[in-house]
Amino acid sequence: MNWIWSNSDYILDKTIVHLGLSVPPVILAFVISLPIGWAANRFTRLRGVVLAVAGLFYAVPSFALLVVLPGLIGYSIRSNTNLIIGLTLYGIALMVRSVADGLQSVEADVRQSATAVGYSGWQRFWRVEIPLAGPVLLAGLRVVLVSTISLATVGGILGINGLGLLFNDGLQRDIMAEIVAGIVLTIVMALVLDGLLVLLGRALMPWTRGRSATRTGTPTVARQKVVAP
Amino acid sequence: MNLFLDAFAWLADPAHLSGADGVPTRLGEHLWYTIVAVVIASVLAVPAGYLIGHTGRGRTLAVALTGGARALPTVGLVFLLALLVGIGITAPMIAFVVLAIPSVLAGAYSGFEAVDRKTIDAARAVGMTEWQIVTKVEVPLGLPLLIGGIRSATLQVVATATIATVVGAGGLGTYIFRGLRSNDYTQMLAGSIVVIALAVALEVVFSIVQRLVVPAGVTAGRPSDTRSKAARPGAVTATPLTKGTQ
Repeated sequence: MNWIWSNSDYILDKTIVHLGLSVPPVILAFVISLPIGWAANRFTRLRGVVLAVAGLFYAVPSFALLVVLPGLIGYSIRSNTNLIIGLTLYGIALMVRSVADGLQSVEADVRQSATAVGYSGWQRFWRVEIPLAGPVLLAGLRVVLVSTISLATVGGILGINGLGLLFNDGLQRDIMAEIVAGIVLTIVMALVLDGLLVLLGRALMPWTRGRSATRTGTPTVARQKVVAP
Repeated sequence: MNLFLDAFAWLADPAHLSGADGVPTRLGEHLWYTIVAVVIASVLAVPAGYLIGHTGRGRTLAVALTGGARALPTVGLVFLLALLVGIGITAPMIAFVVLAIPSVLAGAYSGFEAVDRKTIDAARAVGMTEWQIVTKVEVPLGLPLLIGGIRSATLQVVATATIATVVGAGGLGTYIFRGLRSNDYTQMLAGSIVVIALAVALEVVFSIVQRLVVPAGVTAGRPSDTRSKAARPGAVTATPLTKGTQ
């Protein structure tokens, strides 16, 4: 425990860096998944292909991906860009399915009614389909958020800044407290941000309050649905 | 793309294809660790998952466990165990099993849960005992989802096994870390390519197995990609069994 108190500045710094590296990929993945998921839902043929590719991509081990990406894109392995791009890709692979499933869960009757009362395609998407798909999107985003925060520690082995460095350093210098601190902070960060996301969801979708539309169990299961064709 | 050509050339070099440090040996180690970990995890988690799925008890706990496991940083767990247990394969193996359990557990109980209640009621109505319901109805119908869980677990272990080398246990990560330490990007890339190939190959094998284990007459487990809306929001549903006539 002494190690933790005497190095609290170092740990705090790593935590803040970790936060800064994990949040952008989640936001990027969400934004990029919307059009892809929309297209996958809109064009039936595309759906199978997009979801199969996403499923297969998600199977790529993160550590290997972080080594291969720089060879493709030209960044340094140890750069933050490498980690952010890698995490964003994983986020997209997970999120695309949630977007496609969420949009699919909107009843055809509802879509037609929206068109009938005069919504344009664009308005209908943002004001009818997205809100109704909201709970599914939120469930997907929660999985992306939590796994991104946890995955970001993989960068540490390659020397990318963040909480992952605590694992490396702790192993090399035989400081168990350092590794435990890294694990605990990663989990706490994931839980806190997940909680904030749930609160945000309630604020944005007041109609879902009271019934638990999002279940923590969904994710693993959602992942299994990838059951590629 | 020269970097990749170099990596493939590295892989094709006969010097890297034999001996204790050759690609086949490392690949074998990697695959062996994966199989052992997944088998141990399945032995522990499948009966537990079936029990949860059949009785419906402990579901909240199982959901929390499988959800919470996602936040657990795998690298941290492997390194922590290495400090506790010592260098060698024991520490990473414990970590692999711990990491594989949640997916297998989820696959087992969600497979049971996805079975339509009407089907179970029908089984009971025709006089099946509780044990028969489990072995003749729930297990076969839940199989595709169980395989899905085992598949997730396998991929998780394949990915995590790349860092086993850091704690002295070999595997395909050996090349990646040796390359990392000596700034030999070619070797790193070569190792990563083999790991990715292994993961993708396993993914494909599992998706085929998953289709094969679907009981005749049931359309479950088929990619529900073109299905109608989910019957139970969020639950698993490969929309099994509602349409027995198909």
